[in-house]
Amino acid sequence: MTKKMKSLTNSVIAGVATFFLFAATPARAEDVAVKIDNFTFGPQEVKVKSGTTVTWTNQDDIPHTVVSPNNFRSKPLDSEDKFSFTFTTPGTYKYFCSLHPHMTGTIVVEAATGSITPQQ
Amino acid sequence: MSTDDHEKGPSRRKVLECMTWAGTGVLWTVAGGVPTSLGIIDEALAQQSKGFTFLQISDSHMGFDKPANPNTKGTLEEAIGRVKALTVKPSFMIHTGDISHLSKPAEFDDADRIISEARLDVHYVPGEHDIIDEDQGKLYRDRYGRGTKGAGWYSFDADGVHFIGLVNVVDLKAGGLGNLGNEQLEWLEDDLKGRAASQPIVVFAHIPLWTVYPDWGWGTQDSERALGYLKRFGSVTVLNGHIHQVMQKVEGNVTFHTARSTAFPQPTPGSAPSPGPMKVPEDKLRTMLGIASVTFKQNEQRLAIIDTPLQG
Repeated sequence: MTKKMKSLTNSVIAGVATFFLFAATPARAEDVAVKIDNFTFGPQEVKVKSGTTVTWTNQDDIPHTVVSPNNFRSKPLDSEDKFSFTFTTPGTYKYFCSLHPHMTGTIVVEAATGSITPQQ
Repeated sequence: MSTDDHEKGPSRRKVLECMTWAGTGVLWTVAGGVPTSLGIIDEALAQQSKGFTFLQISDSHMGFDKPANPNTKGTLEEAIGRVKALTVKPSFMIHTGDISHLSKPAEFDDADRIISEARLDVHYVPGEHDIIDEDQGKLYRDRYGRGTKGAGWYSFDADGVHFIGLVNVVDLKAGGLGNLGNEQLEWLEDDLKGRAASQPIVVFAHIPLWTVYPDWGWGTQDSERALGYLKRFGSVTVLNGHIHQVMQKVEGNVTFHTARSTAFPQPTPGSAPSPGPMKVPEDKLRTMLGIASVTFKQNEQRLAIIDTPLQG
């Protein structure tokens, strides 16, 4: 329950952030940042519109990867390294760190058309 | 062993005593089939033991330069210095992985250059940091994998003891722990087939083969099957790294042990938000790094392992 609430809050925060970016750069889909910190992806679950570029930044002293089998795979990210992926197909993308597989996250991609209300 | 060694005794002994506390490695000896660990430090014990000894080092992380230890080359050199100072030369070393931090050739080069100073054969298994080159482990296998199977597993015999090096850092699954995989497990079953239950077995792998702390991924999801194959043996010793601290557990005939890193310490399970490198005061660092020595000793029912820090 608490977990769900937390991920919902995270989604809302991400939504607000992306809404701002969208307003600033209407020509392209908004960018979303995911932090890798203390062996966790944050926010752990993010909802984005199709066409969004998500950028992960490793803020740990240990390398991590961002891997979604058959979808995307980053190189090992050393401290402060970034990895970006643009989501063009709606769907739910579960990913993990292939070095520390207890680290998992989800990107939910919604169709770009339709409501422009930020994701709930 | 030689008179020459004895002449240099006092200073060496002192060095070795220091090691006991700094955790450079573990010296192991085998006598009559049961492994016992000695402190590298413990010169007298090592000389008494008629069996053979070997050494474990782990988690060198060449290339790591963050505040938790900006000089991992230096501390590895110190660890190898301790090994060189041993009056009783171990038969060989095992390295339980994370030789490098980012699987870069220069990092492996540095490790090889420093570790070869010990002038001992070294049997390696990879850590997850050793297989993150573009070809996911090719660099490791080219360098250390000669004569091994799959991702780098193998076995060999020494002094009547059967040693098995396993790889549990490949093909990890989302949400899971360390992974051996079916192919390796089948190989293991076959490797053990027909061996006398009285033969001592030493298994070494990077990630612990017992569940230390799953929240941090400190365990191996299919290790139970491996341990099942080992159940009938009277003396099984499991040596791991990965968690950068000493932990030990005895379960029936199986002794589990993890070694210190030569590079940086990690927090005890659950004591920090994550298992990342732990920054400790400069004067404490060497008390949390080290090596381990193992002695197989006659008539002892189980292994006693002594870990030696770089500094007491």
